[in-house]
Amino acid sequence: MTSPIAGGVDCDLHPAVPHLTSLLPYLNDYWRDQVTTRGMTDLVSQSYPTNSPISARPDWRPAQGKPGSNLEDLKRQALDPFKVSYGICNPLFGVQMVFSEDMQDAFCRALNDWLAKEWLDRDPRLRGSIVIPTQSVEKSVAEIERCAKDPRFVQVLMLVMGDMPLGKRFYWPIYAAAERLGLPIGIHAGSAYHNPPTSVGWGSYHIEDYVAQAQAFQTQLTSLIVEGVFARHPALKMVMLESGFTWLPPYLWRLHKFWRGIRMETPWVDRAPLEIVRSNIRFSLQPVDAPPDSATLHRLFDHMQSDELLLFSTDYPHWQFEGDQALPEGLSPELVRKIMIDNPFATYGRLTQTAARETTR
Amino acid sequence: MNIQVRDLPEKAAAVSAKTAIADCDIHPARATRTELHPYLAKRWHEHLATYGEHPYQGMLEGPPYPKAQPNASRRDAYPPEGGPQGSSLSFMQKQHLDPNNVVLGVLNPLRTGQGIRNQDLAVAICSAINDWQIEKWTSQDSRLKGSVVVANEDGVAAAAEIRKRAGDRNFVQVLLLSRNVEPLGQRRYWPIYEAAQEAGLPIGVHAFGFGGNPITASGWPSFYIEEMVGHAQCQQTALASLVLEGVFDRFPKLKMIMVEAGFGWAPSLAWRLDKTWARLRSEVPHVKRQPSEYIRDHIWWTTQPMEDPERRDHLFELIDWIGWDKLLFATDYPHWDYDEPSRVLPAGVSEANREAFYLGNARKVYGLA
Repeated sequence: MTSPIAGGVDCDLHPAVPHLTSLLPYLNDYWRDQVTTRGMTDLVSQSYPTNSPISARPDWRPAQGKPGSNLEDLKRQALDPFKVSYGICNPLFGVQMVFSEDMQDAFCRALNDWLAKEWLDRDPRLRGSIVIPTQSVEKSVAEIERCAKDPRFVQVLMLVMGDMPLGKRFYWPIYAAAERLGLPIGIHAGSAYHNPPTSVGWGSYHIEDYVAQAQAFQTQLTSLIVEGVFARHPALKMVMLESGFTWLPPYLWRLHKFWRGIRMETPWVDRAPLEIVRSNIRFSLQPVDAPPDSATLHRLFDHMQSDELLLFSTDYPHWQFEGDQALPEGLSPELVRKIMIDNPFATYGRLTQTAARETTR
Repeated sequence: MNIQVRDLPEKAAAVSAKTAIADCDIHPARATRTELHPYLAKRWHEHLATYGEHPYQGMLEGPPYPKAQPNASRRDAYPPEGGPQGSSLSFMQKQHLDPNNVVLGVLNPLRTGQGIRNQDLAVAICSAINDWQIEKWTSQDSRLKGSVVVANEDGVAAAAEIRKRAGDRNFVQVLLLSRNVEPLGQRRYWPIYEAAQEAGLPIGVHAFGFGGNPITASGWPSFYIEEMVGHAQCQQTALASLVLEGVFDRFPKLKMIMVEAGFGWAPSLAWRLDKTWARLRSEVPHVKRQPSEYIRDHIWWTTQPMEDPERRDHLFELIDWIGWDKLLFATDYPHWDYDEPSRVLPAGVSEANREAFYLGNARKVYGLA
């Protein structure tokens, strides 16, 4: 196995909201009343049913409550064994599924405040992602600006399957705000289920939804690139979270080929898609949708033609690997350093800023 | 045609255009709007003139994503006698079949009854298209073989059409499209698979189609390039559905060919399916084997648009992972993104693999060996 090195960044941790009622202290009177009077149920997305094997590793599953809902577990099972200096919290509470933008906004604000108070305040290694109500760009920008005042929020979080393709100009004010405030956009697996969860309709099974996350990331990358997001916002970084990455090389060959053939349709795309990905897009390590043998995986790393694309992640508490084998077998020490330390710090500028601040204190 | 500027230093060493090849994706077109009328009941002539095709998309005619070229076809492929590209057998022979030494050409008619909401109309047009393939194409040139086009959303009617054509050597496969009302593994489509297996016909699943679903899982994208690149994603989810619904356990002799949606995605999809199945197999106990095994045993891919990495060793490694016995050469004639036979495969391929790639695999899959 490949051993982790100390001082890295775990870029994909999932602290769980125990229940919608856990957010009541963070809601105003009106919304608190709405939740209780209307008997709202918990917002658990069917992307991650609590008891699904993929939602928690057996040895990370608590005796009671949702996996990932206990800070001490997260320290003991994720932060400590991988010796990370920072862990980035990406809450997957299902706030995106509701259809009212007002309700979505209230729940997002409560979720972000809950994260700061119940997690970030309680372990100095933890950093957060700002969950936004993407049905309203105005409300999303306001929430980004509100949370960004806290330097422990290091990125903006969106789901890979929402109402519209993410490159659509509708979303660009969100990207402008993120770029201005030094926040990458994290795009995480999961759906608001406002559209069928595959590009060919509703499948029958949870496993289909999960496998289809990879295809959703592919169509989103196409959208982001060809709409011109990175021509307009060259400094913006986007991180594909829990996306898998072994699909990337052949996906890019195809996109590149069609871009060469019909670039007259999108003349504002001023660089080859491959170059845009290398400069602006990053991928979390887990899950490694790996071939059975490590030799093939190493050929795949060669096909990616860059050692700067991957950011270390455990995807805690999701079940992606056994024991402490978060890093695939046979990685060189140089690549381990890139994945665990150099690439995350180069992506999340706010990590360095807060580290500097802590040092000077 | 669109000129694809490619650096191909291996060009000089590339295969001779005179090698006999199969072209597993040729698109025949109708020369006039009324060319199908002899094969359609008069009722439908009037219906079409009055109401149009009424498809699962908004445009009465034509595609909602305008193509890169008229009819998505090469500008040099208009027949001299008039009509759209791909509508003249004699010009197809002169421009493509003869000079490229195509000894087996598989016809995949598009704009048929597939993706039409009125199922009676869909059934009628599909059957008419099949008659038209025989009369205009396959009976006129023995190199050409047809695809049984079926009303995809009406499984029972589709199965009846397949049984009607079973044993007719004019046809070598059943044709479906990747985008349908539901993912292709769903039970509404099983009668099609049952009839195809019974007839000994593989099913070609060609990119495109309309089933009313947004073509990404996040809604409708803006551009034609997104539709084109997105065929690979639609095909992946359609294939995942076929595997995870247990279609290949239910129909163990069924063969499927993924047409015009790339093949580069196949290994990573198979790895992801295997890994996820290892975790979640209790949800799908009807899936008895590793998903990659079904893919290995039941799926073939046509080559166009050919995967085109910067380094050819990456292409060869990719094909090694899939298997040289799994790829069927195709040009997509007369479409604009046509692959030129002599330029597709870089140098460095063994003679046996080259023969399999260009012809041998196709003959085996279509039962013509």
